[in-house]
Amino acid sequence: MNRFDYVRAGTVAEALQAVAGGGRFIAGGTNLVDLMKYNVERPGRLVDITRLPLDAIEEHEGGLRLGALVTNATAAYDARIVARYPVLANAILAGASGQLRNAATTGGNLNQRTRCYYFYDEATPCNKREPGSGCPAIGGVNRIHAIFGASDACIATHPSDMCVALAALDAVVRVAGPGGERSIPFADYHRLPGDTPHIDTTLAPDEIVLSVDLPEQDAASHYTYLKLRDRLSYAFALVSVAAVLDLDGDTIRAGRFALGGVAHKPWRNPQAEASLRGKPATAETFEAAAAIVVAEAEPQSGNAFKVELARRAIVRGLSQAAAGTPQSISDKRIA
Amino acid sequence: MLIDSGSPRAMETVGISLTINGEVRTLEVAPWTTLLDLLRERLDLTGTKKGCDHGQCGACTVLVDGKRINSCLALAVMKDGATVTTIEGLTEAGTLHPLQAAFVEHDAFQCGYCTPGQICSAAGMIAEGHARSRDEIREAMSGNICRCGAYTNIVDAIEDVMQSGAAR
Repeated sequence: MNRFDYVRAGTVAEALQAVAGGGRFIAGGTNLVDLMKYNVERPGRLVDITRLPLDAIEEHEGGLRLGALVTNATAAYDARIVARYPVLANAILAGASGQLRNAATTGGNLNQRTRCYYFYDEATPCNKREPGSGCPAIGGVNRIHAIFGASDACIATHPSDMCVALAALDAVVRVAGPGGERSIPFADYHRLPGDTPHIDTTLAPDEIVLSVDLPEQDAASHYTYLKLRDRLSYAFALVSVAAVLDLDGDTIRAGRFALGGVAHKPWRNPQAEASLRGKPATAETFEAAAAIVVAEAEPQSGNAFKVELARRAIVRGLSQAAAGTPQSISDKRIA
Repeated sequence: MLIDSGSPRAMETVGISLTINGEVRTLEVAPWTTLLDLLRERLDLTGTKKGCDHGQCGACTVLVDGKRINSCLALAVMKDGATVTTIEGLTEAGTLHPLQAAFVEHDAFQCGYCTPGQICSAAGMIAEGHARSRDEIREAMSGNICRCGAYTNIVDAIEDVMQSGAAR
Protein backbone atom coordinates (compact mmCIF):
# COMPACT_ATOMS: atom_id res chain seq x y z
CA MET A 1 0.00 0.00 0.00
CA ASN A 2 1.26 3.47 -0.83
CA ARG A 3 1.90 6.01 1.92
CA PHE A 4 -0.64 8.77 2.21
CA ASP A 5 -1.73 11.78 4.16
CA TYR A 6 -4.57 10.94 6.55
CA VAL A 7 -7.19 13.54 7.31
CA ARG A 8 -10.15 12.97 9.61
CA ALA A 9 -13.05 15.29 8.92
CA GLY A 10 -15.78 16.11 11.45
CA THR A 11 -18.20 17.93 9.18
CA VAL A 12 -19.21 17.85 5.52
CA ALA A 13 -17.60 21.27 5.06
CA GLU A 14 -14.31 19.99 6.49
CA ALA A 15 -14.48 16.93 4.28
CA LEU A 16 -15.06 18.98 1.13
CA GLN A 17 -12.25 21.32 2.04
CA ALA A 18 -9.88 18.44 2.77
CA VAL A 19 -10.53 16.74 -0.58
CA ALA A 20 -10.41 19.93 -2.62
CA GLY A 21 -6.69 19.63 -3.26
CA GLY A 22 -6.98 16.02 -4.38
CA GLY A 23 -7.53 12.84 -2.42
CA ARG A 24 -10.19 10.29 -1.77
CA PHE A 25 -12.94 9.91 0.78
CA ILE A 26 -12.88 6.72 2.83
CA ALA A 27 -15.60 5.25 5.04
CA GLY A 28 -16.06 1.44 5.14
CA GLY A 29 -12.88 1.02 3.12
CA THR A 30 -13.90 -2.46 1.98
CA ASN A 31 -13.19 -1.67 -1.67
CA LEU A 32 -10.73 1.22 -1.50
CA VAL A 33 -8.29 -0.42 0.95
CA ASP A 34 -8.40 -3.58 -1.15
CA LEU A 35 -7.61 -1.61 -4.31
CA MET A 36 -4.79 0.21 -2.51
CA LYS A 37 -3.25 -3.15 -1.59
CA TYR A 38 -3.18 -3.98 -5.30
CA ASN A 39 -1.73 -0.54 -6.12
CA VAL A 40 -4.75 0.07 -8.35
CA GLU A 41 -5.64 3.06 -6.20
CA ARG A 42 -2.77 5.20 -4.92
CA PRO A 43 -4.34 8.23 -3.27
CA GLY A 44 -1.93 10.81 -1.88
CA ARG A 45 -4.49 11.73 0.73
CA LEU A 46 -7.33 9.85 2.42
CA VAL A 47 -10.12 11.84 3.99
CA ASP A 48 -11.83 9.78 6.71
CA ILE A 49 -15.53 10.69 6.66
CA THR A 50 -16.75 8.11 9.18
CA ARG A 51 -17.37 10.82 11.80
CA LEU A 52 -19.73 12.84 9.58
CA PRO A 53 -23.38 12.97 10.70
CA LEU A 54 -24.63 10.98 7.69
CA ASP A 55 -25.53 7.69 9.35
CA ALA A 56 -29.31 8.02 9.83
CA ILE A 57 -32.31 6.55 8.00
CA GLU A 58 -35.05 9.17 8.05
CA GLU A 59 -38.56 9.72 6.72
CA HIS A 60 -38.39 11.95 3.66
CA GLU A 61 -41.31 13.15 1.52
CA GLY A 62 -43.27 9.96 2.05
CA GLY A 63 -40.20 7.85 1.33
CA LEU A 64 -36.95 7.22 3.15
CA ARG A 65 -33.61 9.01 3.16
CA LEU A 66 -30.56 6.75 3.67
CA GLY A 67 -27.54 8.67 4.90
CA ALA A 68 -24.38 7.95 2.94
CA LEU A 69 -22.76 6.34 5.98
CA VAL A 70 -25.61 3.93 6.76
CA THR A 71 -23.97 0.52 6.61
CA ASN A 72 -25.27 -2.22 4.33
CA ALA A 73 -26.23 -4.28 7.40
CA THR A 74 -28.11 -1.42 9.04
CA ALA A 75 -30.05 -0.73 5.85
CA ALA A 76 -30.84 -4.38 5.11
CA TYR A 77 -32.33 -5.02 8.56
CA ASP A 78 -34.03 -1.65 9.08
CA ALA A 79 -37.69 -2.39 9.81
CA ARG A 80 -38.90 0.45 7.54
CA ILE A 81 -36.82 -0.74 4.61
CA VAL A 82 -37.86 -4.36 5.13
CA ALA A 83 -41.53 -3.33 5.25
CA ARG A 84 -41.60 -0.76 2.45
CA TYR A 85 -38.63 -1.55 0.18
CA PRO A 86 -37.97 -5.26 0.67
CA VAL A 87 -36.37 -5.54 -2.77
CA LEU A 88 -33.61 -3.28 -1.48
CA ALA A 89 -33.14 -5.31 1.71
CA ASN A 90 -32.93 -8.52 -0.32
CA ALA A 91 -30.50 -7.08 -2.84
CA ILE A 92 -28.17 -5.90 -0.08
CA LEU A 93 -28.26 -9.29 1.64
CA ALA A 94 -27.51 -11.02 -1.67
CA GLY A 95 -24.19 -9.20 -1.81
CA ALA A 96 -20.86 -9.58 -0.02
CA SER A 97 -20.62 -11.22 3.42
CA GLY A 98 -21.81 -10.46 6.94
CA GLN A 99 -18.44 -8.93 7.80
CA LEU A 100 -18.34 -6.72 4.72
CA ARG A 101 -21.94 -5.57 5.12
CA ASN A 102 -21.14 -4.44 8.67
CA ALA A 103 -18.43 -2.13 7.32
CA ALA A 104 -19.55 -1.15 3.81
CA THR A 105 -21.65 1.99 3.47
CA THR A 106 -24.41 3.23 1.20
CA GLY A 107 -22.22 5.88 -0.42
CA GLY A 108 -19.37 3.46 -0.83
CA ASN A 109 -21.60 0.88 -2.47
CA LEU A 110 -22.48 3.39 -5.17
CA ASN A 111 -18.85 4.36 -5.71
CA GLN A 112 -17.23 0.90 -5.66
CA ARG A 113 -15.14 0.01 -8.67
CA THR A 114 -15.52 -2.85 -11.11
CA ARG A 115 -14.15 -6.30 -10.27
CA CYS A 116 -12.78 -6.81 -13.82
CA TYR A 117 -9.67 -8.99 -13.47
CA TYR A 118 -7.63 -6.72 -15.72
CA PHE A 119 -8.60 -3.60 -13.78
CA TYR A 120 -7.28 -5.31 -10.64
CA ASP A 121 -4.01 -6.46 -12.21
CA GLU A 122 -1.59 -3.56 -12.57
CA ALA A 123 0.66 -5.73 -14.77
CA THR A 124 -1.92 -5.55 -17.58
CA PRO A 125 -3.23 -2.59 -19.58
CA CYS A 126 -6.64 -1.22 -18.60
CA ASN A 127 -8.35 1.90 -19.89
CA LYS A 128 -10.22 2.30 -16.63
CA ARG A 129 -7.05 2.16 -14.53
CA GLU A 130 -4.64 3.74 -17.04
CA PRO A 131 -6.57 5.70 -19.70
CA GLY A 132 -5.37 4.96 -23.22
CA SER A 133 -3.49 1.78 -22.33
CA GLY A 134 -6.03 -0.60 -23.90
CA CYS A 135 -8.55 -3.22 -22.86
CA PRO A 136 -7.27 -6.82 -22.73
CA ALA A 137 -10.72 -8.00 -21.60
CA ILE A 138 -11.93 -7.48 -25.16
CA GLY A 139 -11.00 -10.76 -26.80
CA GLY A 140 -9.52 -11.94 -23.52
CA VAL A 141 -11.08 -13.60 -20.48
CA ASN A 142 -14.45 -11.89 -20.37
CA ARG A 143 -16.92 -14.33 -18.92
CA ILE A 144 -18.02 -11.84 -16.23
CA HIS A 145 -18.14 -8.80 -18.49
CA ALA A 146 -20.83 -6.60 -20.00
CA ILE A 147 -23.34 -7.53 -22.67
CA PHE A 148 -25.07 -4.13 -22.73
CA GLY A 149 -23.74 -0.60 -23.23
CA ALA A 150 -20.04 -1.48 -23.45
CA SER A 151 -17.57 0.36 -25.69
CA ASP A 152 -14.39 -0.35 -27.61
CA ALA A 153 -12.52 1.04 -24.61
CA CYS A 154 -14.12 -0.90 -21.75
CA ILE A 155 -16.46 -3.83 -21.17
CA ALA A 156 -16.42 -3.77 -17.36
CA THR A 157 -19.53 -4.18 -15.24
CA HIS A 158 -20.66 -2.42 -12.08
CA PRO A 159 -20.56 -5.09 -9.39
CA SER A 160 -23.22 -3.85 -6.96
CA ASP A 161 -26.39 -5.69 -5.98
CA MET A 162 -27.73 -2.81 -3.89
CA CYS A 163 -27.53 -0.41 -6.82
CA VAL A 164 -29.62 -2.71 -9.00
CA ALA A 165 -32.48 -2.42 -6.52
CA LEU A 166 -31.93 1.33 -6.12
CA ALA A 167 -32.21 1.68 -9.90
CA ALA A 168 -35.49 -0.25 -9.96
CA LEU A 169 -36.78 1.91 -7.11
CA ASP A 170 -35.98 5.18 -8.96
CA ALA A 171 -33.84 6.37 -6.05
CA VAL A 172 -32.23 9.82 -6.05
CA VAL A 173 -28.64 10.50 -5.00
CA ARG A 174 -28.15 13.72 -3.05
CA VAL A 175 -24.62 15.11 -3.23
CA ALA A 176 -22.75 18.18 -1.98
CA GLY A 177 -19.83 20.02 -3.51
CA PRO A 178 -18.14 23.41 -3.41
CA GLY A 179 -21.12 24.86 -5.28
CA GLY A 180 -23.73 23.49 -2.90
CA GLU A 181 -26.07 20.52 -3.02
CA ARG A 182 -27.66 18.80 -6.01
CA SER A 183 -29.77 15.73 -6.66
CA ILE A 184 -28.95 13.10 -9.29
CA PRO A 185 -31.60 10.63 -10.51
CA PHE A 186 -30.22 7.12 -9.99
CA ALA A 187 -30.29 6.34 -13.71
CA ASP A 188 -27.90 9.26 -14.29
CA TYR A 189 -25.52 8.50 -11.42
CA HIS A 190 -23.51 5.71 -13.03
CA ARG A 191 -22.11 6.21 -16.53
CA LEU A 192 -21.58 4.04 -19.55
CA PRO A 193 -17.87 3.70 -20.32
CA GLY A 194 -17.75 5.35 -23.75
CA ASP A 195 -14.23 6.60 -24.41
CA THR A 196 -13.72 7.71 -20.79
CA PRO A 197 -14.10 4.47 -18.82
CA HIS A 198 -11.92 5.78 -16.00
CA ILE A 199 -14.92 7.89 -14.93
CA ASP A 200 -17.51 5.63 -13.27
CA THR A 201 -20.10 8.15 -12.13
CA THR A 202 -21.38 11.69 -12.62
CA LEU A 203 -20.19 12.57 -9.10
CA ALA A 204 -17.38 15.12 -9.43
CA PRO A 205 -14.09 14.38 -7.62
CA ASP A 206 -14.73 17.31 -5.27
CA GLU A 207 -18.28 16.20 -4.43
CA ILE A 208 -19.51 13.92 -1.66
CA VAL A 209 -22.60 11.71 -1.45
CA LEU A 210 -24.91 12.86 1.36
CA SER A 211 -27.80 10.45 1.00
CA VAL A 212 -29.77 8.12 -1.22
CA ASP A 213 -33.45 9.03 -1.22
CA LEU A 214 -36.13 6.41 -1.85
CA PRO A 215 -39.33 7.89 -3.32
CA GLU A 216 -42.74 7.04 -1.93
CA GLN A 217 -44.19 4.04 -3.71
CA ASP A 218 -45.89 0.72 -3.20
CA ALA A 219 -42.95 -1.59 -3.75
CA ALA A 220 -43.66 -3.93 -0.88
CA SER A 221 -45.81 -6.77 -2.11
CA HIS A 222 -44.72 -7.72 -5.62
CA TYR A 223 -40.97 -7.75 -5.93
CA THR A 224 -37.95 -9.97 -6.16
CA TYR A 225 -34.18 -9.81 -6.27
CA LEU A 226 -32.97 -12.81 -8.23
CA LYS A 227 -29.19 -13.24 -8.31
CA LEU A 228 -27.48 -15.87 -10.46
CA ARG A 229 -23.81 -16.57 -9.76
CA ASP A 230 -21.12 -19.24 -9.82
CA ARG A 231 -21.56 -20.22 -6.17
CA LEU A 232 -24.59 -19.87 -3.94
CA SER A 233 -23.30 -17.13 -1.67
CA TYR A 234 -20.56 -14.53 -1.46
CA ALA A 235 -19.99 -14.17 -5.20
CA PHE A 236 -20.71 -11.41 -7.68
CA ALA A 237 -23.68 -11.71 -9.99
CA LEU A 238 -23.32 -13.10 -13.47
CA VAL A 239 -26.84 -11.78 -13.98
CA SER A 240 -29.24 -10.37 -11.42
CA VAL A 241 -32.71 -8.88 -11.66
CA ALA A 242 -34.46 -6.46 -9.32
CA ALA A 243 -38.15 -6.33 -10.20
CA VAL A 244 -41.04 -4.37 -8.76
CA LEU A 245 -44.61 -4.71 -10.06
CA ASP A 246 -47.70 -2.62 -9.32
CA LEU A 247 -50.63 -4.95 -9.94
CA ASP A 248 -54.39 -4.39 -10.24
CA GLY A 249 -55.61 -7.94 -9.82
CA ASP A 250 -53.80 -9.82 -12.58
CA THR A 251 -53.19 -6.70 -14.64
CA ILE A 252 -49.90 -4.81 -14.49
CA ARG A 253 -50.43 -1.11 -13.76
CA ALA A 254 -46.69 -0.48 -13.92
CA GLY A 255 -43.53 -2.52 -13.68
CA ARG A 256 -39.89 -1.63 -13.26
CA PHE A 257 -36.87 -3.90 -13.43
CA ALA A 258 -33.12 -3.48 -13.53
CA LEU A 259 -30.36 -5.96 -14.33
CA GLY A 260 -27.03 -6.35 -12.54
CA GLY A 261 -23.80 -7.94 -13.76
CA VAL A 262 -24.45 -7.09 -17.40
CA ALA A 263 -23.36 -3.46 -17.88
CA HIS A 264 -21.24 -0.58 -16.59
CA LYS A 265 -24.32 0.49 -14.62
CA PRO A 266 -27.56 -1.09 -13.41
CA TRP A 267 -29.28 -1.79 -16.72
CA ARG A 268 -32.83 -0.66 -17.37
CA ASN A 269 -34.77 -0.67 -20.62
CA PRO A 270 -37.64 1.87 -20.61
CA GLN A 271 -39.25 0.30 -23.68
CA ALA A 272 -39.36 -3.12 -22.05
CA GLU A 273 -40.81 -1.68 -18.86
CA ALA A 274 -43.43 0.26 -20.85
CA SER A 275 -44.41 -2.98 -22.60
CA LEU A 276 -45.63 -4.36 -19.27
CA ARG A 277 -48.16 -1.59 -18.69
CA GLY A 278 -51.79 -2.70 -18.87
CA LYS A 279 -50.86 -6.28 -19.73
CA PRO A 280 -51.82 -9.43 -17.85
CA ALA A 281 -49.12 -10.67 -15.48
CA THR A 282 -48.38 -13.80 -17.49
CA ALA A 283 -45.29 -15.56 -18.76
CA GLU A 284 -46.11 -14.34 -22.29
CA THR A 285 -46.02 -10.72 -21.14
CA PHE A 286 -42.73 -11.25 -19.33
CA GLU A 287 -41.16 -13.11 -22.25
CA ALA A 288 -42.05 -10.24 -24.56
CA ALA A 289 -40.44 -7.74 -22.20
CA ALA A 290 -37.33 -9.90 -21.87
CA ALA A 291 -37.08 -10.18 -25.66
CA ILE A 292 -37.02 -6.39 -25.95
CA VAL A 293 -34.13 -6.21 -23.48
CA VAL A 294 -31.93 -8.96 -24.90
CA ALA A 295 -32.45 -7.78 -28.50
CA GLU A 296 -29.88 -5.07 -27.67
CA ALA A 297 -27.32 -7.47 -26.20
CA GLU A 298 -23.80 -7.43 -27.65
CA PRO A 299 -21.96 -10.29 -25.98
CA GLN A 300 -18.20 -10.70 -25.85
CA SER A 301 -16.18 -13.75 -26.93
CA GLY A 302 -16.67 -15.50 -23.59
CA ASN A 303 -20.06 -14.45 -22.29
CA ALA A 304 -22.72 -15.19 -24.89
CA PHE A 305 -24.32 -17.40 -22.24
CA LYS A 306 -25.30 -14.25 -20.38
CA VAL A 307 -27.79 -13.27 -23.08
CA GLU A 308 -29.92 -16.35 -22.56
CA LEU A 309 -29.29 -16.22 -18.80
CA ALA A 310 -30.53 -12.62 -18.71
CA ARG A 311 -33.59 -13.46 -20.79
CA ARG A 312 -34.58 -16.30 -18.49
CA ALA A 313 -33.72 -14.31 -15.34
CA ILE A 314 -36.01 -11.48 -16.43
CA VAL A 315 -38.92 -13.87 -17.02
CA ARG A 316 -38.25 -15.69 -13.76
CA GLY A 317 -37.81 -12.47 -11.78
CA LEU A 318 -40.98 -10.86 -13.08
CA SER A 319 -42.87 -14.12 -12.49
CA GLN A 320 -41.63 -14.26 -8.90
CA ALA A 321 -42.64 -10.63 -8.40
CA ALA A 322 -46.11 -11.20 -9.85
CA ALA A 323 -46.67 -14.28 -7.71
CA GLY A 324 -45.52 -12.52 -4.56
CA THR A 325 -42.86 -15.20 -4.05
CA PRO A 326 -39.57 -13.28 -3.88
CA GLN A 327 -36.34 -15.23 -4.07
CA SER A 328 -35.24 -16.37 -0.60
CA ILE A 329 -31.81 -15.21 0.53
CA SER A 330 -31.00 -18.40 2.42
CA ASP A 331 -32.99 -21.04 0.50
CA LYS A 332 -31.25 -21.01 -2.87
CA ARG A 333 -33.82 -23.08 -4.73
CA ILE A 334 -35.36 -20.95 -7.47
CA ALA A 335 -38.92 -20.20 -6.41
CA MET B 1 -12.38 17.96 14.76
CA LEU B 2 -9.93 17.99 11.89
CA ILE B 3 -7.01 15.63 12.31
CA ASP B 4 -4.28 15.86 9.70
CA SER B 5 -1.29 13.53 9.65
CA GLY B 6 0.75 15.93 7.56
CA SER B 7 2.24 15.52 4.14
CA PRO B 8 2.31 12.15 2.43
CA ARG B 9 5.42 10.01 2.49
CA ALA B 10 6.59 11.82 5.62
CA MET B 11 6.25 8.68 7.78
CA GLU B 12 4.05 10.65 10.15
CA THR B 13 2.17 8.61 12.70
CA VAL B 14 -1.18 9.32 14.29
CA GLY B 15 -1.99 8.76 17.94
CA ILE B 16 -4.98 6.51 18.57
CA SER B 17 -6.61 4.75 21.49
CA LEU B 18 -8.20 1.31 21.23
CA THR B 19 -9.75 -0.91 23.86
CA ILE B 20 -8.52 -4.35 22.87
CA ASN B 21 -9.84 -7.36 24.77
CA GLY B 22 -10.72 -5.10 27.67
CA GLU B 23 -7.40 -3.29 27.85
CA VAL B 24 -7.01 0.34 26.78
CA ARG B 25 -4.07 0.71 24.41
CA THR B 26 -2.65 4.08 23.39
CA LEU B 27 -0.70 3.69 20.17
CA GLU B 28 1.12 5.64 17.47
CA VAL B 29 0.29 4.15 14.09
CA ALA B 30 1.20 4.89 10.51
CA PRO B 31 -2.09 5.61 8.66
CA TRP B 32 -1.56 2.73 6.24
CA THR B 33 -1.44 0.11 9.02
CA THR B 34 -4.38 -2.25 8.90
CA LEU B 35 -6.06 -3.32 12.09
CA LEU B 36 -4.97 -6.88 11.28
CA ASP B 37 -1.29 -5.93 11.01
CA LEU B 38 -1.51 -3.84 14.17
CA LEU B 39 -2.93 -6.78 16.12
CA ARG B 40 -0.47 -9.35 14.79
CA GLU B 41 2.73 -7.43 14.24
CA ARG B 42 2.65 -4.78 16.98
CA LEU B 43 0.50 -6.28 19.73
CA ASP B 44 1.45 -9.94 19.29
CA LEU B 45 -2.20 -10.98 19.12
CA THR B 46 -1.53 -13.63 16.52
CA GLY B 47 -4.76 -15.56 17.05
CA THR B 48 -6.30 -13.40 14.35
CA LYS B 49 -5.07 -14.85 11.06
CA LYS B 50 -4.03 -13.34 7.77
CA GLY B 51 -5.42 -15.50 5.00
CA CYS B 52 -6.06 -13.67 1.75
CA ASP B 53 -5.53 -10.13 3.13
CA HIS B 54 -8.28 -8.96 0.72
CA GLY B 55 -11.53 -9.54 2.59
CA GLN B 56 -12.35 -12.74 0.78
CA CYS B 57 -11.61 -15.48 3.31
CA GLY B 58 -12.72 -14.21 6.74
CA ALA B 59 -9.68 -15.55 8.65
CA CYS B 60 -9.02 -12.04 9.98
CA THR B 61 -12.53 -11.54 11.40
CA VAL B 62 -12.64 -9.64 14.71
CA LEU B 63 -15.39 -7.81 16.58
CA VAL B 64 -15.19 -4.00 16.49
CA ASP B 65 -17.73 -2.35 18.78
CA GLY B 66 -19.43 -5.73 18.87
CA LYS B 67 -19.74 -6.11 15.11
CA ARG B 68 -17.78 -8.63 13.04
CA ILE B 69 -15.59 -7.11 10.35
CA ASN B 70 -12.59 -8.07 8.21
CA SER B 71 -9.64 -6.56 10.08
CA CYS B 72 -7.50 -6.77 6.92
CA LEU B 73 -9.64 -4.10 5.23
CA ALA B 74 -9.81 -1.76 8.23
CA LEU B 75 -7.21 0.95 8.71
CA ALA B 76 -6.31 1.03 12.40
CA VAL B 77 -6.22 4.83 12.46
CA MET B 78 -9.88 4.95 11.44
CA LYS B 79 -10.90 2.81 14.43
CA ASP B 80 -9.59 5.34 16.97
CA GLY B 81 -11.76 5.05 20.09
CA ALA B 82 -13.23 1.66 19.19
CA THR B 83 -13.52 -1.52 21.23
CA VAL B 84 -11.90 -4.55 19.61
CA THR B 85 -12.42 -8.17 20.60
CA THR B 86 -10.20 -10.87 19.10
CA ILE B 87 -10.24 -14.63 19.56
CA GLU B 88 -7.91 -14.16 22.55
CA GLY B 89 -10.54 -11.92 24.17
CA LEU B 90 -13.37 -14.43 23.88
CA THR B 91 -11.76 -16.67 26.47
CA GLU B 92 -12.54 -15.50 29.98
CA ALA B 93 -10.25 -16.38 32.88
CA GLY B 94 -9.01 -19.45 31.09
CA THR B 95 -12.50 -20.74 30.32
CA LEU B 96 -13.30 -21.38 26.70
CA HIS B 97 -16.08 -19.35 25.11
CA PRO B 98 -19.08 -21.61 24.38
CA LEU B 99 -18.30 -21.39 20.66
CA GLN B 100 -14.70 -22.43 21.26
CA ALA B 101 -15.87 -25.38 23.35
CA ALA B 102 -18.45 -26.33 20.72
CA PHE B 103 -15.88 -26.23 17.91
CA VAL B 104 -13.75 -28.68 19.91
CA GLU B 105 -16.75 -30.83 20.77
CA HIS B 106 -17.93 -31.03 17.15
CA ASP B 107 -14.47 -31.33 15.59
CA ALA B 108 -15.30 -28.24 13.57
CA PHE B 109 -11.88 -27.85 11.94
CA GLN B 110 -9.02 -29.74 10.45
CA CYS B 111 -5.96 -27.49 10.08
CA GLY B 112 -7.49 -24.79 12.30
CA TYR B 113 -6.21 -21.77 10.41
CA CYS B 114 -9.68 -20.37 9.67
CA THR B 115 -11.01 -21.25 13.13
CA PRO B 116 -10.39 -17.98 15.02
CA GLY B 117 -12.15 -16.09 12.22
CA GLN B 118 -14.95 -18.64 12.11
CA ILE B 119 -15.53 -18.32 15.85
CA CYS B 120 -15.38 -14.51 15.93
CA SER B 121 -17.70 -14.42 12.93
CA ALA B 122 -20.12 -16.83 14.60
CA ALA B 123 -20.09 -14.74 17.78
CA GLY B 124 -20.94 -11.66 15.74
CA MET B 125 -23.58 -13.52 13.76
CA ILE B 126 -25.32 -14.81 16.91
CA ALA B 127 -25.32 -11.29 18.36
CA GLU B 128 -26.90 -9.98 15.14
CA GLY B 129 -29.78 -12.37 15.76
CA HIS B 130 -30.96 -12.85 12.18
CA ALA B 131 -29.98 -16.47 11.52
CA ARG B 132 -32.09 -19.30 12.91
CA SER B 133 -32.14 -22.26 10.53
CA ARG B 134 -29.13 -24.18 9.24
CA ASP B 135 -29.61 -22.59 5.81
CA GLU B 136 -29.56 -19.17 7.42
CA ILE B 137 -26.42 -19.99 9.41
CA ARG B 138 -24.67 -21.16 6.25
CA GLU B 139 -25.67 -18.01 4.39
CA ALA B 140 -24.67 -15.73 7.28
CA MET B 141 -21.30 -17.48 7.62
CA SER B 142 -20.47 -17.40 3.89
CA GLY B 143 -17.77 -14.79 4.48
CA ASN B 144 -15.64 -17.42 6.24
CA ILE B 145 -13.92 -19.90 3.98
CA CYS B 146 -12.66 -23.27 5.27
CA ARG B 147 -10.39 -24.92 2.74
CA CYS B 148 -10.36 -28.14 4.75
CA GLY B 149 -14.11 -28.23 4.20
CA ALA B 150 -15.22 -28.58 7.81
CA TYR B 151 -18.42 -26.71 7.08
CA THR B 152 -20.84 -29.40 8.23
CA ASN B 153 -19.27 -29.57 11.68
CA ILE B 154 -18.87 -25.78 11.85
CA VAL B 155 -22.62 -25.39 11.32
CA ASP B 156 -23.24 -28.15 13.88
CA ALA B 157 -21.11 -26.32 16.45
CA ILE B 158 -22.78 -22.96 15.86
CA GLU B 159 -26.26 -24.47 15.87
CA ASP B 160 -25.47 -26.25 19.12
CA VAL B 161 -24.44 -23.00 20.81
CA MET B 162 -27.46 -21.13 19.43
CA GLN B 163 -29.86 -23.80 20.64
CA SER B 164 -28.27 -23.92 24.09
CA GLY B 165 -28.38 -20.12 24.38
CA ALA B 166 -24.87 -20.26 25.77
CA ALA B 167 -23.27 -17.55 23.64
CA ARG B 168 -22.71 -14.29 25.38
